[in-house]
Amino acid sequence: MMSNHGNRITQGQFSFLPDLTDEQITLQIKYALKNNWAVNVEYTDDPHPRNTYWEMFGMPMFDLKDPAGILMEVNECRKTFPNHYVRVTAFDSTRGWETPRMSFIVNRPKNEPGYRLIREERGGRSMGYTIVPYATDKPEGERYV
Amino acid sequence: MSETDEDTQTEIPPDDTEVDLEAEFHSSNVQEVLDKLDRELVGLIPVKTRIRETAALLLVDRVRKQMQLSSETPTLHMCFTGNPGTGKTTVALRMAEILHRLGYVREGHLVSVTRDDLVGQYIGHTAPKTKEVIKKAMGGVLFIDEAYYLYRPENERDYGQESIEILLQVMENNRDDLVVILAGYKDKMDRFFHSNPGMRSRIAHHIDFPDYRPDELLAIARLMLAEQNYRFSPEAEKAFAQYIEKRRQLEHFANARSIRNALDRARLRQANRLFAGAGRKLTKRDLMTLEPDDILVSRVFSEGRPDTVDGAVPENT
Repeated sequence: MMSNHGNRITQGQFSFLPDLTDEQITLQIKYALKNNWAVNVEYTDDPHPRNTYWEMFGMPMFDLKDPAGILMEVNECRKTFPNHYVRVTAFDSTRGWETPRMSFIVNRPKNEPGYRLIREERGGRSMGYTIVPYATDKPEGERYV
Repeated sequence: MSETDEDTQTEIPPDDTEVDLEAEFHSSNVQEVLDKLDRELVGLIPVKTRIRETAALLLVDRVRKQMQLSSETPTLHMCFTGNPGTGKTTVALRMAEILHRLGYVREGHLVSVTRDDLVGQYIGHTAPKTKEVIKKAMGGVLFIDEAYYLYRPENERDYGQESIEILLQVMENNRDDLVVILAGYKDKMDRFFHSNPGMRSRIAHHIDFPDYRPDELLAIARLMLAEQNYRFSPEAEKAFAQYIEKRRQLEHFANARSIRNALDRARLRQANRLFAGAGRKLTKRDLMTLEPDDILVSRVFSEGRPDTVDGAVPENT
């Protein structure tokens, strides 16, 4: 975590960069739409890297031509969950892919406490390691207030 | 942002900067769309004039913006009123293209919806539905056909009101993102605006579509046939002119749409006639020509009421 100031979680695209501005987000969405990917907005307050399925904010958006509609939804989600993680994903339905092709965080909680490292002594001299987000000590919805 | 603001602040063009409207007009390629409109649509002179005027206004506005004489996006929402089949949807399509070429909308697509696409069936259904349509239309033009159905005064708990409120908000706040065109019958739209003054004040351009004259309808018929490689025999054309005269007096007359349906039925009868006369030698000309018989059997002549052929699209929808 030496290179990761303030314990910013680094998942998906651009997460080592400073937060994207709305113009930059618009350009990214434009790229997704150009490729006919369905874009949707998701949120969570459990930043564990194995937490793959975030809650969807509204419906996935098909048949959109312009990023303005999605940015509207992103801002709506930010307003509803100002202290959650919010990400934009772009799903490619082409046969053979059928998977998200883009995913990037567009909103973070003000304070990100990061992860606790847990060492587990196992049989013999082996060690098990796992991480737990400090935030998940609290119940869902109260983690980043 | 602040940086670019400063940049533009510093170089306000002096008052005697030359403005080349002509070049601006050519570079936008709007003329091409206007020509297309002229070619494809018969008649509708007042509409074409209004669109030309609107295009000119938007062009001048754009140049004014370049000269930093105005910064506001002008209100572009429009209202098309007129009877069915007078070309409202087609004109809306061209309008989207014009707005796109002038740079007022980013994508220039047309999303055509009616009440059913906007208004939900139960509480909490309307807002997401309306928003979804709005999101699809962003960057282009949202065309609401028969918009007056959105407001049903007889039912005060109707969800249409909710849809109108969302639309109003978007029309005001997202003026850069989408243009809304409302369409419908003149009297019903007037009543709609009367009970929704907020809607009226947000719409800048009202364009009225007149009914077609009989000779224009005949020209439309010829155009439609030519597109499908058909033509009237001289007698058939006379018969069709009579048909138009008669059909216009009947109920559910939907201008160009009725003509299209009448032609579809004429083609059906022509095919039957050719088939029944099998054995006779046919030429390519026979396949292309509609004869008076194909038209005169219509119920409009014999019974004085519109045809309804199974499978034909009802005209009043």
